[in-house]
Order: sequence, then structure tokens, then C-alpha cells
Amino acid sequence: MLQKTPPGELYLSIQNLWKAFGSFLALKDISLEINEGEFVCFLGPSGCGKTTLLRAIAGLDLQTKGTVMQDGKDVSNLPPSERDFGIVFQSYALFPNLTIEKNIAFGLENSGRSKSEIAVRVNELLHLVGLPDQGKKYPAQLSGGQQQRIALARAIATKPGLLLLDEPLSALDAKVRVHLRHEIKELQRKLGVTTVMVTHDQEEALAMADRIVVMNHGVIEQVGSPTEIYRHPGNLFVADFIGEMNQLQATAGDPQTLELGGSVLKCARHSHQKGSRVIAAVRPDDVIPHGEGARSPDAPDTITTPENAFEVLINEMEFLGSFWRCRLSNKRFGSSELIADFSVNAVRRLELEEGRTMMIELPADRLMAFDLPETGA
Amino acid sequence: MSTISTNSGTLPPGPDIKPKLSRDDILMRGSMMVIVLYLIVTLALPLYTMLSKSFSTYRMELSQYEFQVSDDAGIFDGTVLTGDALNRQTEVFTDTDLVTGSDGRLPVTGFFPDFSFRSPVMYQIRNTTDTGRFLVGSTLHEGTEWVELDSNTFRRVQLRPVQSRGLGNFVNYFSTPALFNSIKNSLWISVVSTIVTVTLAFWFAYALNRSCMRFKGVFRLIAMAPILVPSLLPGIALVYLFGNQGMLKELLFGASIYGPIGIVIGSVFFTFPHAFLIISTALAISDARLYEAAASLRSTPWRTFWTVTVPGARYGLISAAFVVFNLVITDFGLPKVIGGQFNVLAVDIYKQVIGQQNFEMGAVVSVVLVIPAILAFAIDRMVQSKQVALLSARSVPYQATPNPKADRLFLAYCSLIGLFIVGLLAVCQFAALIKFWPYDLSLSLKNYQFDKMDGGGWGSYFNSIRLALLTAVIGTSVVFFGAYLVEKSKGFRTGRSIFQMFAMLPMAIPGMVLGLSYIFFFNNPSNPLNGIYGTMAILVICTVTHFYTVSHLTAVTALKQMDREFESVSASLKQPTMKLFARVTVPVCLPAVLDISIYLFVNAMTTVSAVVFLYSPKTTLASIAVLNMDDAGDIAPAAAMGMMIFYTNAAARIIHLVASRGILKRTQAWRSR
Repeated sequence: MLQKTPPGELYLSIQNLWKAFGSFLALKDISLEINEGEFVCFLGPSGCGKTTLLRAIAGLDLQTKGTVMQDGKDVSNLPPSERDFGIVFQSYALFPNLTIEKNIAFGLENSGRSKSEIAVRVNELLHLVGLPDQGKKYPAQLSGGQQQRIALARAIATKPGLLLLDEPLSALDAKVRVHLRHEIKELQRKLGVTTVMVTHDQEEALAMADRIVVMNHGVIEQVGSPTEIYRHPGNLFVADFIGEMNQLQATAGDPQTLELGGSVLKCARHSHQKGSRVIAAVRPDDVIPHGEGARSPDAPDTITTPENAFEVLINEMEFLGSFWRCRLSNKRFGSSELIADFSVNAVRRLELEEGRTMMIELPADRLMAFDLPETGA
Repeated sequence: MSTISTNSGTLPPGPDIKPKLSRDDILMRGSMMVIVLYLIVTLALPLYTMLSKSFSTYRMELSQYEFQVSDDAGIFDGTVLTGDALNRQTEVFTDTDLVTGSDGRLPVTGFFPDFSFRSPVMYQIRNTTDTGRFLVGSTLHEGTEWVELDSNTFRRVQLRPVQSRGLGNFVNYFSTPALFNSIKNSLWISVVSTIVTVTLAFWFAYALNRSCMRFKGVFRLIAMAPILVPSLLPGIALVYLFGNQGMLKELLFGASIYGPIGIVIGSVFFTFPHAFLIISTALAISDARLYEAAASLRSTPWRTFWTVTVPGARYGLISAAFVVFNLVITDFGLPKVIGGQFNVLAVDIYKQVIGQQNFEMGAVVSVVLVIPAILAFAIDRMVQSKQVALLSARSVPYQATPNPKADRLFLAYCSLIGLFIVGLLAVCQFAALIKFWPYDLSLSLKNYQFDKMDGGGWGSYFNSIRLALLTAVIGTSVVFFGAYLVEKSKGFRTGRSIFQMFAMLPMAIPGMVLGLSYIFFFNNPSNPLNGIYGTMAILVICTVTHFYTVSHLTAVTALKQMDREFESVSASLKQPTMKLFARVTVPVCLPAVLDISIYLFVNAMTTVSAVVFLYSPKTTLASIAVLNMDDAGDIAPAAAMGMMIFYTNAAARIIHLVASRGILKRTQAWRSR
């Protein structure tokens, strides 16, 4: 498996951070370490505390308890102006009455740089973000994506040690968003600046981050690389929040089996006690479709784990462009349906249609067992 | 098993992180404290002094004095008589004679029926307690020593009252029908003026917003004109029209314009623009989709009017009603000019203080006046906060469709209102330009020779301009900076909410009350700020404070539209907040800044109520001159000065318009894409 080793040394260390708003705890005992040059995403639903954590790192809204160490220095109680970071907000927060040049130059003034030095640096930054000829314009004359690039240029103008991005792409159209996230990632790699980005968009986090910190209800649910998080979610919340996940009532068996609707299936290794109730989870795109002769050893699409293969009824098919979403039923699923995404190719080859039965397989290493969700939490 | 629980624990014990304040934080908090202190000194303390004054009662305590009388040879036989006993014997003073004010003085010769200032009889007088005080001539005697005086000097003995706290003044007030009748009068004219003004303004605003009538721009201008003149100017015009020698006196069929009729007509004139603006805003924001829905349901226009239009504008109507009510009940200039024998609260304060030097009673009337004013203000604030919630970003603005018949009707109606407003102003201008109404109607400029009249002459006019400019510049700076601090500084919640409270308070305080409380506070010799009494400084301070609230709200509204994160970005770039303020905040908010300054300028030119207690011979003002010249019977010059104020304000508005267009074009280039 591709496990990216975080580059560089420890840069940002957060220890036992708490944030209380009155009696409401927005952050509960958060500890996290970020290495130099790393691109980390805080990912979670709205209200999970990810922005609160970012603002505590920036010193914009101080934590109630806990320490923040940046580059070996305790910055826990310092005001933003005495910390070392650049920040980009969802709203861009470009100064509307200043030209693009002056916006970028804003942080370069009062720092002992001469006018010509500032002009050179501004020009360099405009080239860096790909908007070399726009310096004389006002923010309102640029598109949203261009404005966000200017905000980025302004944030990195002073070469801060830490770049904070607070939902930087949320206000943009889908197409611009995809394009810009690629550019930001490129730029970050080029500059090697340690970056923390807050987002609620899992796709964005998966595409951009070296490491993802999944948060919920003020705590960290899981920290890991995008592939780890996607392939080996640590709990049902992560599994459900990132990507899509079928959830079926099941009972744990041996460490590598579970019982689904009376049949024992092989699954990924788990540590649940035998006989305890669990949720069996599998992603729709992990469900493997098989042709009729698949059980025979010389079939082109051999079944790898025979226990995990069974016949299902196709209740409904929905065409979603690059694939078909199928709702499948089987006594093993009880009253719920299994959602499976099959390629257009597979659907054509296997002549799938609504009302037919077909053979599927739930790959053992992709079938996971999780604790039941806590009720009332 | 998952290793991280999702709902762990409670906050660990131990102290919370204490933020280290940046230099900007300290600067901003310090500045905020300075402005709060300013508001405390110019608002809270004076009001408190006034309130405590209203509870101060003064009474002659006769038991505190003892007297001895000698025989004709000047020998005292040792008989000591208390003042109390003497009054019981002689019954010179009734109990009400003994109730007095802080300046009360009581001669004592009446206790001695045989008294003659030529007789050789000698008198002795002393206080029996430390609180007793009496005057011999102008020398104050305290302490319990006997003072021996001959008859001629004894004539000049005057007892001084003892101060105590209590409801005496209020009891006194409510047992004097001449005084408490004013409450009824004030409420009566305020309610009638409110109903008339709001009704007239509603249809006017309706015509301008919902019809395809012609000349809308002209009517909008005319409707705003009364804001540019002091409230007493319509009174002068009404005197010319319907007074004892009025041009149209017969139209009143024998009724007198001096009294409620005059006050109501004049109040409609000067409150009209306020009501019109509020209602117009309420009508402008209504949603066209509701009208389309009503039309598709085949509602009749009449039904649509009552089910869509009126409910949509209801907050505007209520708000306008309370604003008008407040303006009328607190207004002083108009009832002073045209009220005649009809007493109202605001004029009572003036009469008690200036006429009778009874400051305690002035304070009592002020307290009485503050109550309805604060109530009206509080209800208005509540209503306005609801109005905001009514706005939705998805609303589609209503577009009127032409309806020739209705449009003509609206045009006629608006013309009538326009005629009323322009007419009153024209009458004033006409009166100012003729020699001697009604005997010599030839034109002349002699009424502009203000230096020959009471009121301070042309000096007053230039003083007013100075006051207006100073108020505009200083007031705008203080108000805008204060609003910025309170909107954009972080943490420090208590300080900010105290600030907000103080910033809202001036609107609820009638000008007369503010002015009177300034006398009590600043004219006290033991107040270190006593030095500003009688200077231009106190007039500027008073005017800025008087008009603080509206300016503050304008500034806050503009600041709220700024991105909340500008300060965060600036701090992350290690730039001082004041640089951000100067380079970004002020330029972006320039339209609001200019609006505040013209608002303060115009109000400083026209205000009468607060400053009428505070001007000195060196700082007479144009608006006060109008009042004083009218009082002295120089009505034509009063009208002339009133029109000078009008032209000055009109010119200021035009300059403001041109200047702000110019500045905005340069500084707000970023607004256009």
C-alpha cells in the first residue's frame, strides 16, 4: 500500500486542546502533530469543530485549555499578529478598495522592504498564481476563482511558516473548484509550506491532503492518509462520512468472519467479540458483479471467496453517467437493500436489467465490521 | 473496538488560557474606554445629576432658628423664641409658604408685628443646629452663635431652606393642575399629530413607490425639505397665515391658530419627512411575488391592499408612528412659538427653568417627559429589529404598472402635500422680504439686518455654521471610530455591551432634558469641567451627544457589511489594525461617513431644544435667534433667519451631494465591475 511518509520534522504540535463556548464543548481534548511541509486537511460535517481548531491554531479564537507549539515555540496564548501564518478565508476577504497589487503588497509594507523590492515580490506572486496581468484591477473585476488565487498570493507573500486555508473553495463553482484544488496542491508542493486546510468536502480532502484528520462532535475520529482513511476507516462514522457505505445488520463471528442473515461470510480482520451485534459495511463500488458461470473454475471472472458470493435480485437501476447504481435485495440483507455501483461495461456484458437475478461477490478484504452507532449521541 | 470515544469527558480543571493582548488589542480597548468615558461624562452623569435634582426638596425649617428681642433701650431680657413658636403665634406663613426651591429665601420681620426699621429695638438671631443657615444681606451665617442686629439690618435677614430627598417635588407637581395638565396636552397633540402625519405620509410614500405618477423626484425632494429647517419655522409661517393679522385667518372660522391647532399643523410639517422616509423604505422592500400571487388568486385591488400592502408595511407604519410621536412630544420650538396658552411638557421645562428659575421643578417635568419618550423609543427599537427579519434576499422588487386614473389622483394628492410644504416655506420667505406686514407690503432686505435685533445678529448665524461644522467633523470621527471599535474589536464583551447601551441612550432623551441636565452637571462650580460651560465646546459636545444614536446606527450598519475577516487577515499579515482602518475601512465606508456628517451638520443648524439652555452671549446660535426674535415680536426677522438656516442646509446638502459624488467616483471605483 502506498503509505506516504510525512516529509520533514515536527512543526506544529497540539496538545490536549479544549474549547468551550459556555457549557458547549466545541473541542474535546484534541492532540495532533503536523510535520513540516505536510498538507493536512481537517474534514468533518459542519459544527464538528474543524474551523474552531483552525482558528485556535491561528490565535483568532483562543482555545480554553491546551497548548499549541509551532516550530518549537509555545504560541498558546499569543495574538494572531505574533504568530507566523498566512490565512485564506472562504470569503477571500480581499480589500475591495485596493487594487490586486496593493492587496498582495499589504503584508509586505512596514517590514523593511523597499518599494521596488515589494513591486518585484508582488510581480513574482502574480506569476506564481497565474494572474500576471491583473495587478491593476480591483477584486470585484475578477472572477471568484481568480479572487481566491489573489487571496492565496496575499497569504503567502510574507513567506509564512504555516498556511491556513478555511474552506477556501466552498464558494466556487464545481468546475473551478476541481481546477483550483489541483493548483493549490501544486503550489503547496512547490513552496513546501506546511498547510492546514479545513473542508467539509471529502473529495477535496482526498484529492489534496497528505493526511486527513476526520473530526466529529469536537473530537478526532481518525487521522491517516487519504487511502488509509478510505480503505480502512477506523469506525462507522468515518466509513459513512467518507465515500459511500452500505450498512447491514450482522453478527460478529471469528476474527475474520461475520454472520449476515444466517450465512457466514469472510471479512476483513476485526476485533469484535464473537456473537456481538455489528454493522457489516461494504462500499458500493467494491461489490463485484459476476456472470452466470462464475462458479465454474474456468469462468473468465472467477469467484475468489465462494462464501461471499450469492444471488441477488435487481430491484432498481439508475443510470448515473459513468456507472449504474443498482439496488439489490437478498434474504441476507433483511428488509434493507444493498447498493452496488457497476460499470456501464459490466452492465452491458452481463445484460443486467431490473427484475433479473444476478450473482455478486462481497470481497472479503473489503467487507468490514463496525460497532453499532451510539444512539442519542 | 474504536479507540477514540466520540463523547468524552468534561473540561479538565485548572486555569483557562489567558490571552496575551496584542498592542492593537490594548489600543482598541483603551480607545473604547475613552469613548465610553466620554459618553458617561456627557450623558450618564448629567442625567443622573438631573434625576437626583428632581428628588431634592427644599423647606424652611423654622424650628432651627431662635430669636431674642430687646426693649427700646437695647436691653435683652433673656426670652428666647423659636421660629416655630413665632409662626404659630403670628401665623404669617402657611405650610405651603415654607416649601421652596434651592434659591428660596424667607424674610423674618413678619414674625414681629411691631417691627419698624427705624425703631431702636435690637434683635438677636441664631441657628440651633448645624444645618441651619440664614443670610444677613449677602453674608451667609452658619453655626449656632448669636448674631446681634439693629432693626435696620434685621430687615435684611433671610432664612435659607434645608435640602432633603423625597418625592416632594413630584407631589407638588401633581397637585398643581397648571403643571400636570400639560401631560394631557402633550399626549393629546402628539397622538393627533402622529395619526395625521402617518396617514398623510403613508399615501404620499405609496404614491411615490407604487404608482407611475410623474414628477416623483421633485416630490421626494419636497418631502425632505422640512428636515432642513428648525421645527419652529412652520410656526412662524402659520402665524403669518392664520395669526391675528393672518392672510387666511377666515379659514379657521374664528378658531385661534395659537394652541393645539397650530401645534398639530406645524408638527405635521416638521415630522413629515421622518415618517415619509420610514414608510417609504418599508414599501420599497415589499415583494412583487406576493402581488402576483394575489392577482392570480383574483383578489380585488382593495383586498390586496389590506392583505398584502398594509401588513407588509406594518412595521414601517408602527415605527413611523412612534418616531413621530417622540418628535412631537419632545419638541420645544414649535409650541413655544405657536402654543399660546396651551402648555406642553417641553415648554414647561423651559418656563420653569428660564422663567421662574425653579430648577427642581424643571427636573421633575423632565423626568415626566422622559417616560413617554423612552417608551416610544423602546417600542420603536423592538419593531425595527423585527423589520430586518422581514427582508429576504430572494424578494423580487415590485414594479408598478401604469393606471392613468389612479396616477392622476395620486399626482393631485402629492401636489396638495407639496403645496403645503412649499407653501409654508414660501410664506416665511415672503414674510422675510416685506417691509411691515400687513401695512407696507413693499420688498426690502431690512429684516436681514439681524444686528439691529435681539438674538445675537449675524454673529449667531456664523456661530451656527461653526457649531455645525465642528459637530460634523468631531461627531463623525468620534461616532465612526467608536462604532468601529465596538463592531470589530475581539473579546471584551462587557465593555462592548456597555458601549452599545450608552450609544442607544441619547435617542431616548429629549433635547430639553439633555440641555437641562447639562446645566445641573456642568454649571456646578465643583465640577472640574465647569470651564466649558458657556463655551462653544459644550454646544458641540451636547449636539454630538444629542444626535449620537442615529449616527452610530448608520455607522454600525455600514460596518456590518464589511467582511468579518479583514481584521484577521490584517493581523496575520502583521499589520496594525489602524492601518487597516485608515486604508480600507474608512474608504469603503465613505458613503456612510459622509451621510453621518451631513446628518450632524443639518441637525446642528436646526436644533433648538438642547442648546437653548447652554448658549452664552458669545455663542448665540441662529436657531436660538429665531426663537428669541420671535419672542421679542420681531417675527419677520425670525422668519428671515429661519430661511437663512434653510438655504444654508440646502446648500450644505448640495455641496455634500456634489462632493460625495466626486469623492465616491474616485474612491469607490472598485464598486463598478
